[in-house]
Amino acid sequence: MTADATPALVEDKQRTAAGPRVRKSSAYPRYLAGKVAGAAVSLLAVLVTSFFLFRLIPGDPVKTMTGGRQVSAEQLAAYREEFGLDLPLWRQFTDYCGKALTGDFGTSYQFRAPVIDKITEALPNTLLLTGTAFVLYTALGIFLGTRSAWRHGRLGDRLNTGLALTLYSIPSFWLGLLLIIVLSVGIGPLPGMFPTGGMESGGEEGFAYVLDVAHHLVLPVVTLVAVEYGQTLLVTRSALLDEMGSDYLTTARAKGLRDDLVRRRHAVPNALLPTVTLIFINLGRTVAGVILVETVFSWPGLGGLFYQALSVPDLPLVQGLFFVFAAAVILMNTLADLVYPLLDPRVAR
Amino acid sequence: MGTNDQKRSLPHGLRLVALAGAAALTLTAGLATPLAPAPQQARAADDGKKVLTVAVAQSVDSLSPFLAVRLLSTSIHRLMYEYLTNYDPKDNHAIAGLATKWEPSPDKLTWTYTIRSNSKWSDGQHATAEDAAWTFNKMMTDTGAATANGSYVGNFRKVTAPSPTELVIELKKPQATMAALDVPIVPKHVWEKVSDFSEFNNDKSFPVVGNGPFVLSGYKADSYVRLKANKSFWRGSPKFDELVFRYYKDQDAAVSALRKGEVSFVAGSPSLTPAQAESLKGADDIQVNDAPGRRFYALATNPGAKAKNGEKFGDGHPSLLDQRVRNALFRAVDREAIIDKVFRGHAVEGEGYIPPRFQDYFWKPSADRKLAYDPAEAARLLDQAGYKKNGDGKRVGKDGKPITYRVLCHATDPNDKAVGKYLQEWWGELGIGVQLNCLDNVTDPWLAGKYDLAFDGWSVNPDPDFVLSIHTCGALPATPKDTGATDNFICDKKYDELYARQLTEYDPAKRADIVKRMESRLYDLGYMNVMAYPNAVEAFRTDQIKSITTMPAKAGNIYGQDGYWSWWSAVPADSDGSSDTASSTGVVVGIVAGVAILGGLGAFAAMRRRATAEERE
Repeated sequence: MTADATPALVEDKQRTAAGPRVRKSSAYPRYLAGKVAGAAVSLLAVLVTSFFLFRLIPGDPVKTMTGGRQVSAEQLAAYREEFGLDLPLWRQFTDYCGKALTGDFGTSYQFRAPVIDKITEALPNTLLLTGTAFVLYTALGIFLGTRSAWRHGRLGDRLNTGLALTLYSIPSFWLGLLLIIVLSVGIGPLPGMFPTGGMESGGEEGFAYVLDVAHHLVLPVVTLVAVEYGQTLLVTRSALLDEMGSDYLTTARAKGLRDDLVRRRHAVPNALLPTVTLIFINLGRTVAGVILVETVFSWPGLGGLFYQALSVPDLPLVQGLFFVFAAAVILMNTLADLVYPLLDPRVAR
Repeated sequence: MGTNDQKRSLPHGLRLVALAGAAALTLTAGLATPLAPAPQQARAADDGKKVLTVAVAQSVDSLSPFLAVRLLSTSIHRLMYEYLTNYDPKDNHAIAGLATKWEPSPDKLTWTYTIRSNSKWSDGQHATAEDAAWTFNKMMTDTGAATANGSYVGNFRKVTAPSPTELVIELKKPQATMAALDVPIVPKHVWEKVSDFSEFNNDKSFPVVGNGPFVLSGYKADSYVRLKANKSFWRGSPKFDELVFRYYKDQDAAVSALRKGEVSFVAGSPSLTPAQAESLKGADDIQVNDAPGRRFYALATNPGAKAKNGEKFGDGHPSLLDQRVRNALFRAVDREAIIDKVFRGHAVEGEGYIPPRFQDYFWKPSADRKLAYDPAEAARLLDQAGYKKNGDGKRVGKDGKPITYRVLCHATDPNDKAVGKYLQEWWGELGIGVQLNCLDNVTDPWLAGKYDLAFDGWSVNPDPDFVLSIHTCGALPATPKDTGATDNFICDKKYDELYARQLTEYDPAKRADIVKRMESRLYDLGYMNVMAYPNAVEAFRTDQIKSITTMPAKAGNIYGQDGYWSWWSAVPADSDGSSDTASSTGVVVGIVAGVAILGGLGAFAAMRRRATAEERE
């Protein structure tokens, strides 16, 4: 979906010191309508796929849920009827579609609560974690990426990219456990400073609660930032490197502009498109949570919920979650598509 | 690169980082709050309350006793509500709960329970026989309310409460398990307002009215469950003021939390691994409790799957229908090696079906009948049964093909995989191939009877009725398409007769005798070969918990007991104030770290400026 943005990545040498200006071309409304329609079709496809996809998972939800305890055949039958599993597949499908279109994803088998309630309960927790991390690793990645590119080849650049690549390739759960051992439990003279897991101590209220949650947030966020910032750094760095030899930068310098201004006002905006793509992809992913980090730090988010739903399989819950995850990615990609023309008007033409 | 010219303001990018740093500092600021440091949570809150924190890994499925089936939730219900009876922590025999006495009628079809008059709901009202009758009747008449415990009332004809202290249950058929009705009795005056039992989760308004040793006072999904001591509990108030179940999805993180003192107890899921136990053994103020477990770990053999209507299905290897083959296979399993190498000593060698922890029902084969490890005898039995080795050293089935058994294993259980490797070696020496099928979800091939052998295990209750029932013909599926309660498709007339007899035998000693004969029969049949009874390995902090009741009292476990004994009996250790010191150190270090980050940022900005200034000149 984002591939049609690549023409904009071709060196934009015509652009002058004025930098990109937002121009509304007449093609924009048509472009916009096309993208929105495409997103709607994708959403419908996801809705259908999610129904059939998860019915391929081996395992009988009723048997998994009743496993290990005394249940009569009548009770098993009652379960199937309650969950609608006794109906023919096409009936289950039409029921599901009809309800899903009104935002009703049914009732979770294992938690006996509306799927939408379970999702809305865990969504803010996930967004708090992934959102905070997203802001930090994006800012850090762009900052270090532009610095690295501007002074590429120097020791600082090599250290920067080396460290970023190393952290990027570290498994997040391993780094998380390491941070727990060092910063949470404490080693030698270093005392434990952060909680080992969870989102709150429980029982706090008001501002104390906010601080408590922030305290719990530090280690998972640090883990995520450490593992993720390298991606943004590398994309930003290579995009900026492409721009570095451009004539318009020489022109800008010839006009006597400060180096910092040349970079900030001229080079970076033109080099930002691939980073914007990455930002929106990452934004879409923030909703899906980060299952490994959520697990290591016992964060009560959507990733963990999805895992629990899959292991039954709790069909209504997996369907609902899958739809929300996919919808977030589609929405963000569409948004990215809508933003490109504003950054580079040629995209909409 | 390039020529650097002037630089005045804080660079744009640096501002970004400063912003990020500020955000990070806001986060670290949490350190400086006296509320946050965790060790205080585990021991005593600011107001001197004694809090017992338990690390758990399982999510709560529901807090409604009519819906909850998971171990964590049902353990919490034990703490919130009294059941009619309880189990003695010393030896598991049934003792008084909400009922003080229970007696059957001469025709064995009516049971009369005397309800105690000194049990009060936490809102002040008396708990009566009327509450119990209402609870059972609700389960009998509302399918939503029968979700979790419906099987307990399946044989009930009528339940009444002639007086506040008398409960009468009439049965359709005699049932010996009437002192083991593990059903939480709920207050009628609260629960009769519930409209839909199939969707009411009892987790919205707190405190939840109950009459157990603890009162549920707060819950947040996948974060914590909080309970307050019930000071007016009839058996006496718990010693801790508060009991908190904290959620740790990752077991290593939970162990770290114990080390740190953030939690007082960790049970693992379902048990600490040998490596975790080893690492905790030398730790200060931590005691590892390596207790006999309530599970058995067995190798189940497919006896040829069939349904109640007589239809056969599945594709179990025909050679396994020969008892000599089954016995030979088990004789080639070195149980001692499994205990030593796989469980690293944290298990007991398997014998009868029911673990020795339940001493009344424990049975083991006499020395002459025991299928002891003896590979030579195993080879002899196979030869005798007509499964001889071919030129390649492989034993050949009646169809002329070399025998290879498919063994179903749980991909999530490392023990299955490890034992599977040993089976490949041991049975390979006998000339039999082993194909390990390790799956995330073994249910499908299992229910379809498409396996030869499978790793099997059950947790046993003080009343063994359920684990015995899953091997009766009555538990087979009605047709091959249906799902039955059967564990392993075993159907044996003699076993079934004994099962029916034990269910109508109201004399505990006589019943135990019949149960042992059933175990003996199961052993001889050779379809369920118990290899080990895995221990329950758990750990707690001795500087937070001074003493705690295990079950059975002599060398027993703490988490997941039958009853509320452990948490109700736990005595807090005297606070020596060390946690306060630790937490204040944490605060100091937190502040220092914050200042260091700020300082670092400042220095970085200053250096950048100086660098550009130099370049300018």
